[in-house]
Amino acid sequence: MFRVGRWRPWLFVGPALLLITFFLVYPTVVTIIRSFFGRGAQLFGPRVHYVGFANWKYVFTSPVMLTALRNNVLWVVLFTTCTVGIGLILAVMLDRVRYEKILKSVIFVPAAISMVGASIIWKFVYAFRPEGMPQIGILNAIVVALGGKPIGWLLQRPWINNICLIIVGIWIWTGFCMVILSAAYKNIPKQLLEAARIDGASEWQVFHRVVLPLLVPTIAVVGTTMVVTVLKIFDIVYVMTNGNFSTEVIANRMYKEMFNYFNYGRASAIAVVLLILIMPFMFLNIRRFTQQEGGR
Amino acid sequence: MYLRKALLRIPLHSTLVFFGILWLVPTLGLLITSFRDPAAIAASGWWTVLPKLFSGGQFSLQNYVRVVLKEGFGRSFLNSLTISIPATFLSVFIASFAAFGFAWLRFSGRRFLFMIVVALMVIPLQMTFIPILPIYSKLGLAGTFPGIWLAHTAYGLPLTTYLVHNFVASIPKDLFDSAAIDGATPFTTFWRIVMPISLPAIASVFIFQFLWIWNDLLVALIYLGARPNVAPMTLKIANLVTNRGQDWELLTAAAFVSMALPLVVFFSLQRYFVRGILAGSVKG
Repeated sequence: MFRVGRWRPWLFVGPALLLITFFLVYPTVVTIIRSFFGRGAQLFGPRVHYVGFANWKYVFTSPVMLTALRNNVLWVVLFTTCTVGIGLILAVMLDRVRYEKILKSVIFVPAAISMVGASIIWKFVYAFRPEGMPQIGILNAIVVALGGKPIGWLLQRPWINNICLIIVGIWIWTGFCMVILSAAYKNIPKQLLEAARIDGASEWQVFHRVVLPLLVPTIAVVGTTMVVTVLKIFDIVYVMTNGNFSTEVIANRMYKEMFNYFNYGRASAIAVVLLILIMPFMFLNIRRFTQQEGGR
Repeated sequence: MYLRKALLRIPLHSTLVFFGILWLVPTLGLLITSFRDPAAIAASGWWTVLPKLFSGGQFSLQNYVRVVLKEGFGRSFLNSLTISIPATFLSVFIASFAAFGFAWLRFSGRRFLFMIVVALMVIPLQMTFIPILPIYSKLGLAGTFPGIWLAHTAYGLPLTTYLVHNFVASIPKDLFDSAAIDGATPFTTFWRIVMPISLPAIASVFIFQFLWIWNDLLVALIYLGARPNVAPMTLKIANLVTNRGQDWELLTAAAFVSMALPLVVFFSLQRYFVRGILAGSVKG
C-alpha cells in the first residue's frame, strides 16, 4: 500500500466518487423523500405537496400494482429456477460431448444481443393470426399442424402470456449461467469424481453427492445475480406487451407513472419498492466483499 | 460394448440437440424472414422456404436497404456508436484510476467508500431518474450525447471499478516496491506498471461495458426520449414495434442490423467476454 500524502489518492478516486455521488447517491436520497410527495416534476415546486403515505397506499393496494407485484414474483421464481437449473444441466452434460464448444456458443450468444432484439425474435415466434389464415409464427404453425386452434400467446392472460415473456428472459440468460457454472464444474478435480465412481457410485449419485455440494457456492452467486436481474426486468415487457393483458411488472409501471401519467410521487414510491426488494442483495455483496478483503 | 455405450449416450445427445434447436430456431426464423419479400412474409411461414433454400429469386437485401436508408436506421446505428464508444472509454478510464486508488493508495475512508461502490453495483437505476431529469432539463443535457455519456459512465462505474479492482488488487506487491525504490510516483506506477499489466482485464471490462451500453434501452428512453436525431438502435426498434408492430420485414431487418455489431464482437472476442463475466461472478 502506498503512502502518498493526504490529497493525492483523491485524484485517483475523486472523479469516480463525484460521478457516483451525483448520479446514484444523491438521487436515491431524493427519490426516497419524493415518494411521500404528490405528482409534479419539481420537488418543493408550487404544485407538489406532502401526501404522507398516499403513494405507498397506491403501491400496495391498486389492482395494477398488485398485478405487477404478482408478476415479479412469478418472474423471480420461474426465471431463476430455469436459468440456473438449465444452465447447470447443460454445463454438466456438455462436459461429456465433443461438440461442447459450438453448442456453448449457440446457447450463450443471446447474452451478447440486446433484450430488444431478443424480444423481436420471440415476438415473431409467438406471432398470432386468426384461425384459417396461414400462421407465420412457428409456434402457432406447430399447434395448427397438430390439429389445434391458434393461440394468442401474448394475449392469453394471465398465465400463458406471462410465461411466454419469461421464456424470452430464460432464453437470454441461461447461457450466462451455463458459462459460469461450467467454469466452476471444470474446476472440480476429476479424481474426486473418479474415486466416487470406483467406489460404485452411480452417475446420479456422483452428481447429487459430489458435484452438487461443491457447486453450491457458485450456484448461490449465479442465483442471486439472476434474482437481482429479474427484479429489474423491463425491456422484454416494454417491447412485447407494454404491460398490457395483465403482464405488468414493477419497472414498467414505474416508467408509465413517470412518462405517461407524470405522477413523479407514485413513480418514486414504485422505484423505492424495487430498492427495498434489492436491498438484501446489496448487503450480501458487501458481506462477500468484506470476507474476501479480510483474506488479503 | 462400444454399441452399448453409444446407445446409452442417446438421451444425452438428444437432450443437447433439443436445447440447441430451441436456441437456434427463433434466431434462424428472424434471419431468413429479414431477407424475404414483404408479401411472401405475410403469405407463408419462413420455414416453408427451407426445402427450396437455394433456388434463387426469393431472397433479397431490399428490406435492409429500406431499413437503413429510408427508415433512418443508418442514422440510429451511428447514434448507437456515438453513444457507446465515448461512454465506454470514459467509464473504463475513470474506473481504472479509481480501482488503483482503492487497491493501493492509503487514505481515510477507503474501505467504507469502496463498500458503498460495491453496494451500488445492484442499485435499481429507477431510483435515479426522477431527481436527475429536471436537473438535466435545466442544464440542457436532456436529449444530448454528452448527457447520456455522463449518465452511462456514472451508472457503469460501480461494476467496472469493482471488476478492475479485482484484478489490480491481485498484482504482486513486489512489483510496486521496486518501482517505489526507483522513485516512481503513483501516477508513473499507474501508467507504466498497472495499466500495461491490467490491459487484458481492462479489455474484458471494456467489451462488457460496451455491449451493455449498446444494448441499453432504459437509459436511452429516459434521457434521450423521443428525439429521433439522437436515438440509438434499441430505442428506434422499440418505437417501431409500437407504431408498426406487424411490419415484419422492417422489424426483422432492423433487429439484425442492431445485433450485427454485438455478434461480431461476441464471436471475435468471446474469450475476453467470457473472462469479463467470470471475473464478475466467480471471484466476486
